[in-house]
Amino acid sequence: MPFNLLVLVALVYVAFLFLIAFAAERRAARGHFAFLRAPMIYTLSLSIYCTAWTFYGAVGYAARSGLEFLTIYLGPTLVFVGWWWVLRKLVRIGRQQRVTSIADLISSRYGKSNLLGVLVTVIAVVAATPYIALQLQSVTQAFGVFASETPEGWALPDRDATAIWVAAGLALFTIVFGTRKLDANEQHHGIVIAIAVEAVVKLVALLAVGIFVVWGLADGPADILARINNSPIADWQLQPGRWTGLIFLSGAAVICLPRMFQVMVVEDAGERHLARASWAFPAYLFLMSLFIVPIAVLGLERMPAGSNPDMFVLTLPLAEGQGGLAMLAFLGGFSSATSMVIVEALALATMISNHIVVPVWLSLQPAARVTGDVRRLVLMARRLSIGGVLALGYAYFRLSGGSGALAAIGLIAFTGVAQVLPALIGGIFWRGGTKVGAAAGLVTGFAVWSYTLLLPSFGPDAALPLAVFTDGAFGLDWLRPQALFGVAGMDPLLHAVFWSLSLNTAAFALGSILTFPGPVERMQGAAFVNVFDGERQAGALGWTRGQPDPEALLVMAQRILGPEPAIGFFEIEARVQGKAGYLPDPTPDFMAALERQLAGSVGAATAHAMISQLFGRAMVTVEDLMAVASESAQIIEYSARLESQQAELSRTARQLREVNEKLTQLSVQKDAFLSQISHELRTPMTSIRAFSEILTEGDLPGGQVMSYGKIILDEAVRLTRLLDDLLDLSVLESGTVQLTVTLAHLGAMIDRALAAASSTRPERLFRVIRDVTAEELHIRTDADRLVQVLINLISNARKYCDAAAPELRIVVRQKGGRVMLDVIDNGAGIPKAAQGLIFEKFARLTDEARAGGAGLGLAICREVMGNLGGSIGYLPGQRGAAFRVVLPLTR
Amino acid sequence: MRRPKAPLFLGRASYRRRRLSDAARMLPVVGAFLVLLPILWSPGQTPAPDTGVDGIYLFGVWAALIAGAAALAPVLRGKSDPMEPPPESGGDS
Repeated sequence: MPFNLLVLVALVYVAFLFLIAFAAERRAARGHFAFLRAPMIYTLSLSIYCTAWTFYGAVGYAARSGLEFLTIYLGPTLVFVGWWWVLRKLVRIGRQQRVTSIADLISSRYGKSNLLGVLVTVIAVVAATPYIALQLQSVTQAFGVFASETPEGWALPDRDATAIWVAAGLALFTIVFGTRKLDANEQHHGIVIAIAVEAVVKLVALLAVGIFVVWGLADGPADILARINNSPIADWQLQPGRWTGLIFLSGAAVICLPRMFQVMVVEDAGERHLARASWAFPAYLFLMSLFIVPIAVLGLERMPAGSNPDMFVLTLPLAEGQGGLAMLAFLGGFSSATSMVIVEALALATMISNHIVVPVWLSLQPAARVTGDVRRLVLMARRLSIGGVLALGYAYFRLSGGSGALAAIGLIAFTGVAQVLPALIGGIFWRGGTKVGAAAGLVTGFAVWSYTLLLPSFGPDAALPLAVFTDGAFGLDWLRPQALFGVAGMDPLLHAVFWSLSLNTAAFALGSILTFPGPVERMQGAAFVNVFDGERQAGALGWTRGQPDPEALLVMAQRILGPEPAIGFFEIEARVQGKAGYLPDPTPDFMAALERQLAGSVGAATAHAMISQLFGRAMVTVEDLMAVASESAQIIEYSARLESQQAELSRTARQLREVNEKLTQLSVQKDAFLSQISHELRTPMTSIRAFSEILTEGDLPGGQVMSYGKIILDEAVRLTRLLDDLLDLSVLESGTVQLTVTLAHLGAMIDRALAAASSTRPERLFRVIRDVTAEELHIRTDADRLVQVLINLISNARKYCDAAAPELRIVVRQKGGRVMLDVIDNGAGIPKAAQGLIFEKFARLTDEARAGGAGLGLAICREVMGNLGGSIGYLPGQRGAAFRVVLPLTR
Repeated sequence: MRRPKAPLFLGRASYRRRRLSDAARMLPVVGAFLVLLPILWSPGQTPAPDTGVDGIYLFGVWAALIAGAAALAPVLRGKSDPMEPPPESGGDS
C-alpha cells in the first residue's frame, strides 16, 4: 500500500470529519436538534472511553496477560449497569448546577472553592498528559507500520514530524469546534457528532478485523476456541488482586476521567439518554472486546516472533495482504486517538481557563470585572489552553521517547484521575464532606500517586534516583516508592492504587470530620446530596440581599454569554415573571438562574465571584450572614426594649389611674365628710342658738329657764364630745397617736369596759357570758385604747340589741401569736348590705337611739386597732351582731 | 362463588416501579459478584487450558448484564426524569 495514499486517505477522512462537524453546527444553529439529541448519539459519544489504547493496546494486553484486559471494560460496564446509583445523580447534579467540568463539580460542591478546582485541574492535566502522548504515539506507530511496508523506497517519515502534524491538526479541530461559542448549555454539537461518527468507524474497523480473523484466517468460533486453548495465553494467570483492583480502577476512571465527564455529564442531553446508555454503552464495549482475544491469538500464531503485539490489528491484515482492511483498521485507530485527544483537550482547556487562567487574570486586573470583555478572554484562554495541553502531550511524547507498553501508560493515567473519586463520591453522598477534607484527600492522593507510580514509571534514575527505589526517600526504608510502609512484593500498580486511594480516602474522611464547613459549602452539600429531593432548592445560593440593577446585569451577561443569547435569556426570564420587555426583576430566583447560566460558561466559582464583585453586597458571604444575623438580633433587641418600655408605661398609667380613682374617691369622701360634719355641728348649734335667744328675751318662768339651760348644756356636751371624737380620729388617722404600751391583763380590761359601758342605757339588763379562764392573758398593748374599743363595742350592743332577753357573749381565743376577742349579742345583727359600711365615719344604720353617737365610734375603733397592730371586723353568721377584735400578744 | 376483591392498599404500578429501581440498584452488585467469581477458579493452577472457557463465561455474564440493564432501562427512564418532556417521536431512533 502506497504510503502517500494512506496520508491522502487520512487527510480526506479528517476533512470529512470537519465537514460533518460543520454541518452539525449549522443544523444546530438552525434549531434542528432532534438527530443531535438521539440517545444513540449520546452512547456513541461515550465511546471515547475506547481510545487508541483500546484499539491497539487491548490486543497487546491480551497477548501479554490473557483475559486481564477485560477488567478495563468490565469496570465501566458495572458502573453503567449501576447507573441508578452514581451516574444518574451525577448527571442530574451536572444539569442542575450547570457543571462545566469535573473540576467545576468538585469546586461547586465544596462551597464554590477555586482552590479545589485548581487541584483537580492540576491532577487531571498531569494524569492526562501521558495519555495524550500515548495517542500521538499510537498514530505515529501506525504510520510507521505502513511506512515500513513502502516498496517505492519512501523514506520513513520523521516520527516527531508526524506527531507534531497530528497534534497541530487536533488542536485546530478542537479550537474550531470547541471554542466557537461560550456556554456549556449550547454544547459542542460539532464535536459530539464527529466523535459519534468516529465511534462508528472504530467499532466497524475492529469488528471487520475480528470477523476477518475469525472467519477468514480461522475456521469460525469453534476453531478459534481450539486455537485459543493451544496458544501461549491458553492458561492465563489470573492475579486476584490485579483482577479486582483493575475492575475497580477502570470503574472509577470512567466516572472521573475529564473526557468521560465531559461527554457524560456536560454534553448530556437528558437522563433518558443515560438510561439508554446504561445498556448500550456496555454493549458497545462488549462488541469492542469480543474479537480482541482471537486477534491476539492469531497474531501470536502468524506474526514473526518479536513483532509488537500492540500493532496486531494493523500488521495482521497487512501481512495477510488485506490492504483495504488494514486501511480501515488504521482509520479506526486514528479515530480512537483523535476523538480522545479532542475531547480531553477540550475538557482540560475548560478546566484550565475556568479555574486557573480567568481567576488569575481577574485578580490581576480587578477593573476588568466591570469593564473587560470577559467573553473574549475566556475564549482566548480556552484556545491557548487547548494548544498548551496538546503541546504538553507532545513534549511528553518527545521526552519519554514513545516507549513502554500502551496499557501501562493508560493505567497510570487511570490511577491519577481516580484520586478525584473519594471527593466526588463523598461529595454527592455525604453531606459531611468539607472543603478541607476534599483538599487534604486530593493532595494526599496526588502525592502518593506521583511518588509510587508516576515518577517511578520513568524508570530508575530518571525522575527518581536509583537510591530512592532501593533504600527509600531520605534513606527511610518504609518510604520505598514501590514498597510503601514495608508492603513489598505487591504488584507496583496495585500497590500504588491501594495506597493512594486508601490514604486519599482516609485524609478526606478525617479532614471532613475534624473541620467545620462554611455556610456556602453546607448549602451546596445539601443541594448535591439531596438533588432528587426537590428541584427548586437547586439554586442553593440565595441572592437574597441587594438590589442589583437589571440593566447592569444584562450588560455583564452580554459580555459572557454573547449579546443575543443574553438578551434572549433575559427576555424569557422577564416573561416568566410576567413582565414585558427585556429586564426582569432581580429576584433571588432570577439571580440564581443567571448565576447558573454564567457558571455554564466560566465555571461556578468564577461566576459567583463575578456577580458578587459586580454587586458587592449582594453576595451571601459568611460576613453577610453574620451581618444579617446581628442586624436582626438588633431589631429583636430593639423591639424587646420597646415592648418592655410599653409594659412599663402601661403599668405606670394603670397606677396613675388607680391613684386618680383613689384621689377622686378621697375628694368625694372629704366632701361627704365636710357636709356630714357641718350637719352634725349645725344641729346642736341650732338648738343652742334658739334656746339662747329665748333666754335673752328674759321674763321666763324659772322652771323653763332651767330646762332650757339644761338643753343648751346637753347640746354643748354633745358638741364637745363630737369635737373630741373628731380630734381623736384625726390623731389616730394621721398615725401620730401616742401609745402607752404596758403589760395588761385581758380579763381586767374586759371588766373595766363592761363597767364603763353599763352607763349606756342602764335600764337594760344584759346577761354577760364570759370564759374567765380564757381571759387569763397578759397582753403587751395600750390598755386604755383597747378598753376604749371594747367599751365602744359593748355600748353598741347595749344600744342596738333588740332582743327581749338580751345577752352578751365575750369569747377569747388564742391562735398563733394573736388573740381573738369576739363580742357577740343576740340581737337582729346587721344586714348584709350594711356590713361594709359600719366602719365608715358617720355611718349610722338607724336614727333611733342616737344617744350621743355621731357615727364615729366604729371608725375610731378601726383606727385604734390599726394603731395597735391588730384589726377589727364584723363576724357574720353568729345569730346576732358580732365583732371580732384581733390583736397581737405583744405590741 | 365470587372471591372478594383484595382492598387496594398501595398503587400496584408505582410499587412495581420502585421494586424495579431496587433491581437496578442490585444489578451492579450481582454483576460484580459474577465478574469476580473467576478469582476462585485460579485458572493458572488448573490442569486444563482455561482462557476459552473463562472467556465464554465472562462474555456470557456481560451479555446477561446488558440484557438486564436493557430490560430495566425503559421502565426506569419514565420516572427518573421529571424535568424532561416525554421523548418526542423520531428523536428516539
